[in-house]
Order: sequence, then C-alpha cells, then structure tokens
Amino acid sequence: MYRQTLTQLAADLRARRVSSVELVRAFLARIEASQRDLNAFVTVTAEQALAQAEAADRALAAGRGGALEGVPFGHKDLFCTAGVRTTCGSRMLERFISPYDAAVVSRLKAAGAVMLGKLNMDEFAMGSSNETSYFGPVRNPWNRALVPGGSSGGSAAAVAARLLPAATATDTGGSIRQPAAFCGVTGIKPTYGRVSRYGMIAFASSLDQAGVIAASAEDAARVLREMAGFDPRDSTSVDAPVPDYLAGLDQPLSGLKIGVLKEFFDTGLDAAYERCVREALQVFERLGASVREVSLPNIPLSVPVYYVVAPAECSSNLARYDGVRFGHRCAEARDLEDLYKRSRSEGFGAEVKRRIMTGTYVLSAGYYDAYYLKAQRVRRLIAADFERAFGEVDLLMGPTTPTAAFELGAKVADPITMYLNDIYTIGANLAGLPAMSVPCGFAAGLPAGLQIIGPHFAEARLLNAAHRYQRETDWHLRIPEAYA
Amino acid sequence: MALTREQVENIAHLARLELEPAEIPRFQQNLSSIVEFIGELERAETAGIAPMAHPLPGLTQRLRPDAVTEPDERELYQQNAPQVAAGLYLVPKVIE
Amino acid sequence: MSAWETVIGLEIHAQLATRSKIFSGAPTAYGAAPNSQACLVDLGYPGVLPVLNAEVVRMAVRFGLAIGARIERHSVFARKNYFYPDLPKGYQISQYELPIVAAGAIEIVLEDGTVKRIGVTRAHLEEDAGKSLHEGLGAFTGIDLNRAGTPLIEIVSEPEMRSAKEAVAYMKKVHTLVRYLEICDGNMQEGSFRCDANVSVRPVGTEKFGTRAEIKNINSFRYVEKAIQYEAARQIELIESGGKVVQETRLWDPDKGETRSMRSKEEANDYRYFPDPDLLPLEIDEAYIEAVREALPELPDAKAARFVAAYGLSAYDALVLTASRELADYYEAVVRAVPEQPKLAANWVMGELSAALNKDGLEIGAGRLSAERLAGLLVRIADDTISGKIAKEVFEAMWASGESADAIIEAKGLKQITDTGAIEQAIEAVMAKNPAQLAEFRAGKDKLFGFFVGQVMKATQGKANPAQLNELLKKKLPG
Repeated sequence: MYRQTLTQLAADLRARRVSSVELVRAFLARIEASQRDLNAFVTVTAEQALAQAEAADRALAAGRGGALEGVPFGHKDLFCTAGVRTTCGSRMLERFISPYDAAVVSRLKAAGAVMLGKLNMDEFAMGSSNETSYFGPVRNPWNRALVPGGSSGGSAAAVAARLLPAATATDTGGSIRQPAAFCGVTGIKPTYGRVSRYGMIAFASSLDQAGVIAASAEDAARVLREMAGFDPRDSTSVDAPVPDYLAGLDQPLSGLKIGVLKEFFDTGLDAAYERCVREALQVFERLGASVREVSLPNIPLSVPVYYVVAPAECSSNLARYDGVRFGHRCAEARDLEDLYKRSRSEGFGAEVKRRIMTGTYVLSAGYYDAYYLKAQRVRRLIAADFERAFGEVDLLMGPTTPTAAFELGAKVADPITMYLNDIYTIGANLAGLPAMSVPCGFAAGLPAGLQIIGPHFAEARLLNAAHRYQRETDWHLRIPEAYA
Repeated sequence: MALTREQVENIAHLARLELEPAEIPRFQQNLSSIVEFIGELERAETAGIAPMAHPLPGLTQRLRPDAVTEPDERELYQQNAPQVAAGLYLVPKVIE
Repeated sequence: MSAWETVIGLEIHAQLATRSKIFSGAPTAYGAAPNSQACLVDLGYPGVLPVLNAEVVRMAVRFGLAIGARIERHSVFARKNYFYPDLPKGYQISQYELPIVAAGAIEIVLEDGTVKRIGVTRAHLEEDAGKSLHEGLGAFTGIDLNRAGTPLIEIVSEPEMRSAKEAVAYMKKVHTLVRYLEICDGNMQEGSFRCDANVSVRPVGTEKFGTRAEIKNINSFRYVEKAIQYEAARQIELIESGGKVVQETRLWDPDKGETRSMRSKEEANDYRYFPDPDLLPLEIDEAYIEAVREALPELPDAKAARFVAAYGLSAYDALVLTASRELADYYEAVVRAVPEQPKLAANWVMGELSAALNKDGLEIGAGRLSAERLAGLLVRIADDTISGKIAKEVFEAMWASGESADAIIEAKGLKQITDTGAIEQAIEAVMAKNPAQLAEFRAGKDKLFGFFVGQVMKATQGKANPAQLNELLKKKLPG
C-alpha cells in the first residue's frame, strides 16, 4: 500500500478500495517504526490524523470531498498549522503553537489531505543537510550514515522511505530540489509568487517558495494544483489563473528544445553522477527533444549573491524572535538587553547566528552598497542570463547537485563547503524560476537528481517533461531497501 | 582575517546576539571566510545595472480596501506569550 | 559675544484617519483595551505578511498635492531595523530613499503679517509602533500593541525656521491643513499629531549649521515654543561657556520646563535600511493623481484669500476664521443669512462665539448654536432692534437655553426703544429727578453728559437707542 503513488492512493480512496483510516494507520505505524533511525518528523499528530481520516471516509462514502480526500500528508515544520506545534526546526519555537493555518495548509486541508505530522528541517530553513535542526539530524533512508539534504530533509526522507506519499516543502536556495535529489524523489519549486507565502515562516522573503516533494511528477502535479493560486494576504502572490497541471502531463515532447548549462558541467561535478544526468538527457532525445549547450556566464556568481541577499533578508525577518510575544524566553532576564541577547542566543543555533550576523554586516552602514546593492545588481545579470537562454530553449536541464549525499558531519566544519552544495540550484531562486529535481539514476549506489528549470509560470511544461521521462524510466519508483 | 574581533562583537550587538568569549574566534573565522567568499562579487561588472529587489519584473504593490477585517483574538494570540499581565506583554522595566 | 541664530526643522508625525491599519485589517480606533486591536500581522507573528491599505495612499497623495509637492510615481517601502519592545517585528516598515511625496512648501503668516515660505523636504508613509507602559507593573514594562501598525505620514521640513514662533506657526499650519484634508484628526492629546523639533544654533552670518539636538514627542503648540526656546538658550549657553553641543535625542519635560537627554548612553543607530521584500514598489499613475486633485477641498490659503476679497476682512481675521474648515463653513453660513454684515459676523464668530466655545470646552462642530441662530441675532443688531450691548445679553441667554434671538428679545422685552417720544419722556423724568446735576451741567460741567446717559439707560433698562439718546440729550439738556 505504501509503495503506491499518491495518484494511485487517491484513486483507491475514491473507489473505496481502501479507507483513509486504514491508510493513516499504516503510515503512522511506518512513521513510528522509523523515527529513531530517520528522525524525519518533529511532531506526529496521530489523533488529529485519525479524526481527519474518519471525516474523509465519511465524505468519500457520500461521494463528496476534494481531489486529495483522505490522502495522508505531511507538512514541513515551517508551515504554520493551527493548534499544532510549529517549530521551524528551532529551539526558538520549540513550544510555539500556531494560532492559524498557513494558506498552503488550509488549501490542502480543503482538498481533503490528512496531516500526519510536521516534518523535520534545517533550523529556520538554513542548511543543505538537515544537520542544523534542534531536534536532531534527519538521516538518508538510502544510507543512514548520510545526510538527506536540506533544508527540507524531513520531507524528502519521509517520501523516500514511503512514510508518506507526499509532503510540502520549501525552497529558498535549493531546499526542495537538493534533498529530493539526495533521497531519490521528485520535488518541485514553483515560480516565485505562484504559491502563497502567508503562514510560511520567512527565511528570505524574495527567494522563499513553497512546493511539494512526492514520488512522481504526476503526484506533484496533483498536489501543486491544490496549493497554487492567488492569495490577497500575500502582496507578492501573483494573481494569475492556475492551470490544471494534470491536463498536459502526457503531451509528447517532440520539438522540445532543451538547454544544457555549460557552467554546471564543471570540475566539481562527480563523474558517476554526470553519467546519470547524460543518460537522462538521452532519454529526452529519444522522446523527441533536442538538446544543445547554453551558457549562463554569470551563474557562477549565484552562490555569493545568495549569501548576501538571503542572510540580509533573514537577519531582518528573524528580528521578531525576541522572547516578548512568543517563542523562547531566557529565564530571569536582568534587563531588556539581557532579555533579547540571551533569549535569541539560547533560541538560535550556530548556523542561524552566522547567517543573521552575515546579513547584519552586509546591510550595515558603509557596506550596504558594496555588498547588498552589488549582489542585487548581479542578481539582475543572472536573471537576464536565464531570460536570454529561454529565448533559445524551452527548458534548461542539468545536475541538481555536484555530488550525491555525503556523510553526516562531513561538511559542518566549513560553512562555505556546505554552501557550495547549492551551486546548481540557487540561480532559479534568484530569478524566481520554477525548477524541479527528478531521480535519474544511481551514482555509486546513491540517488542522482536531474534538475529541470523553466521560464516563469511554466510549471505545466516542467511537469510534462518530468512525467514523460518517468514513463520511460523507473528511478522514481525505487525504494531504499530498508524501507521497501 | 576579513573581520576583526571587535567588528564581530559589534555585529553581534546590533543583532542582539550574545556570543560566549570562547565562541568568538570561531565565529570570527567563519564570518571572515564568508565575507571573503562574497567579496568575489566585486569582480562582476555591474555599471548601469539596477539592483533587483524582486524576482518577477514589473509587478507592483496591490492595494487593500480600508476595512476592519480582524476581530479581537487577544486571548488566543496571548497563549504563546511568555509573560502577560492585564493584557500587556511584559518585559523588564525600560527606563527612558 | 556674537549674536546667535536659531535654526529649526520640524518632523511631524500625523496618524492617518483610516478605519484599519496600514498593513493589516485590524481597527485603529483609540482607547481600546490593551492588545485587543493587534492582529497577527501587527504582532509580527511568524509567517504573516503586510498588505497596503488603499486609503493610506489616497491620503498621502492628497497631502502632497496640498503642499504643491511632486507625487512620486514610483515609491518603495523600506525596513528600518532596530530592537525595541514596542516594535514587534524588530523593524519598522517605512520609506527611505523613495518616499511617496517629494519636496513641497508651506506658507506661514507671522505675527507682524509677513508671509514666509517654509520648504517641506519630503513626506513619507510608515507604520506606528505600539506603546510602553512603565507605571504600576513593578519591575516590568507593559507593551500594548494596539497602536502598532497605525498609518503615519511623516512630514519633514527644511531647516528653514529661525524662531520658536515660526516653528509654532508652521506646526499650526500643518495641523490645520491635515484637518482640512480630513486625513488626520489632529488630536494631540491622543497622539494623532506629534512633533519632533531639530534645534541648532549658529552665529549670525555663518553658513555652516551647528550640531543639532532632536527634541521628541512634543504634544502641544505651547510646548513646542517653550521647548525650542529653552533648547536654543541651553545650546548658546553651552557654547559660550566653552562646551560643545552633542548630537542627541532630548525629551521635553513640561513640569520642569527643560529638555533632558533621552538615552543614558549614546546608542549608535545603524538602521540598515533596505527595500522591504514583502512589499512591491508602489506605482501611482496620472489618472489617479488627477482624481485625487479634483477631490481636494478649498485649502486654507485659498479660502483665507477669498474671505479677504469677498467679505472685506483683514488678513488676520481671515486667518483666524479659516483655522479650521468647520469654523470657516460656520462663518460662511452666518454670512449667507446676513449677507450685508460680513464684518459684524466675523466679530461675533471670533469674539463672543469663540469665547463661549472655549469656556465650555466645545468645538464648533458640537452644534451648540447653529449658524442660522447666530445670524438671527445679528439681524436684530443690524436692524436696530437691539443695541450691541443688549445683544451680548441675548447671546448668553441663547447659548444657555438654545432659543432663538427673537424669542428671547420678546420674552425679556429687550427691544431697543427707538420711539423719540418715549426717550424724551425718559429724559424729562431723569432731568426732573436730578436737578442739582442738571444745574451743574448747565453751568458748564460738560462731563455730566455721561451721567445723564447712564441714568436714562438705567431707567430704560439699557434699551434706549444710544444714538437717538445722544441726540435728544444734546437737544434737551442745555435747556
């Protein structure tokens, strides 16, 4: 049952071949069995899940309900969930019970999804390995000595180990795509503004986007269709109609022009991984697409740009965590300054502190022009590179990450080494472009990911390409041995 | 190193973070290497290029009608408050 | 000792009179229970986002047009980052490099009648912070975030004022203007209209500005004047005794009549402004601006000029009568009912009516005495039914009872006596009763003329027409 895709489960539920309560019970059992090894969840909401499942079964029996009615689901612990603890992987929000639902959460609830719990993540979404969570690292189901990727490590690991058919996730510099690649699952980050950020705890406001990790492009399409859409509570939400992402999934790919990014096939890319990606490109050619090389000359600067802009925005976004209205408060504060400093220092981990301080520095008097403004100018150059490329090709493809999953603890010593993991993914965030990662093989036994990037609002095209690829291959159906 | 210890302390203060004296060297090291890393941006030729604050070009701020839409939910919202008295959020006394 | 010049710039924060907050749908009404009007957005909860109130934009544009400023077609909201408990997000959403209103000007009229133009550097939109309560909570300060998120327009003047009086005139003018435009209620007690003064001194004739001190949150015209005078004197004395003025923030203490330094240690404030990524650039087009321009009311300067031209009033009187739209409208309603008496109307509105309003602590809008009713009184003065002196008595009775002038004149029998025969009779009676004074007058003591006027007035309960009485006395007394 757990091996089935979300699409199959939704159909089975509709046809009453299985009940939501049965499914939920089965998945809850898998979750419980895996927690010690994988630690994918921060909070499991078993009671509420069963209550929601019962309600879903009633709706299904009456022939009512939404597109995801009764389907077990998980939310990255960055989405506010009313009445349920929302921690953002941080001690700062360890006991925070959100009084409201994020837009994404209400929409999926309205579609009938049943929440089984909140998924572990790098603290405040800052990280590429899920090692910075206050609640302990998440492990990669393919090899538990390895990281699952981050910051949506919990979401990716849970789907890879089939603890859930799908989970929401967020992507600021690659936090959906990179863990999806490391865990051999499918993840999509939509166009900036496609999905409401209301209720999504902010890391870097001009880069954050909500998306989904699932077992297949078809599954992701099904969920994204429910998540996406205009929200008047988010000023950056785009008022444009949401296409039915399922409708065009099977379109033939003949005539599709694929650009392969020259800059991504550089010395940092692992050879075995590269082979997987090249083979994937051959599949696309067989499907009728043409592949050519394109160059985005400013792309190598995307990591430094990101590490100016994201910390700047987060240093400001995280100023609200001060122990006054919610969140961690230190004991017996001597005075106001002590309240702030100790509450924040106790509540935040080292990586969060580093990023806040980096952000504070690049915005400070005397440095703003040289760093922040400069970075935003280079950002425009990078966005222009992409625009030029999309004048020649329909989609860009390449590796999602330079290597497969690495060992826990391997990269924590030097932040820059960790940051360079995002080298292929960051560009899409800077330009606000939709991007996906789909499993494309195994490099030395570990999943490799193919990244697909499209122009603004081209989600349907990405999903179509990914789906057609997944009809020809079965990488996305592989399940790690320990969880098969 | 790109940053002095004093600079690191000033930044921490601006951000209302308290670093243990023993931690400061490591933070100084990390932050300096980050600052050097982002210093690469200097190489880029950006004369005449406007900064890009938002990823989607051409979008402008939407306006909301002037109407009261939020009811009084003080009790709910203050459930997460560490210290409250008579409906007020409490902090150590501030002398102005 | 050189002569000193005081240089003053004012930063005025006016709360915009919208129903809801600038970035959220919480109410802005004053005086609610603590934190009952602070929604998740105002509280800076995790995950919430700001959305801009349309009315706030309209009000800002209205103000900009009224001061002849350029409205920026493209303006940006920026975050001003600092930590303080009444600032829930740890940053204030404001406007920095690209404010919605660019340079304009405001004209002030000084006591000697000269008109001075004071430049306005800019006006921008921002959100207000909450309030801190320090009393009655022991070792704690209590934070009320009801006010957090209330829309403000910050109006920054050029440092072109040279005396406390000029500063007061400017502040009053801005106060009048924002109320005329109906964008702010101007209630200084409730904090809807706040003023910070930047004060520095320099030797007369020098160009370089001296170091300035900022005096914060002065909430009355009187305090502005006193605070600036005190501060200028303090700085002059400091410099003359060899000291240096420190750039700092100072609080005006009305009880002690002095300014004192606000922070115990100097806080270097690096606000790290950057464009708020949660808000998009605000674009305003020509059509919008024209629509707002068309809806502008007649502004105080234009109205005062019109009063001078149409009603023959002095510039000063016109200024007083146009201090508020309500007062100006009231005055014009009176004149409409008594069109031949604009000056009489002006005297009564500025005089008796204003005094009565002040005494009872009322605004003209309270509706205690309608314009038509007052006009009814003025008509009876104009047609000689009552004398000016009696009219005051009638006014008092009208004010207290709400009845019309005619009703009171009738009831109290206050009609002026204009019948020559009746006055002559009264004069004869008084002459008969006061033979000694009559003899003295006839002997040459002209001063006693007043005595007879008084006596006749007394005998007629003040109702004898003064002009007629004068004439008749002149005829009869000499004998």
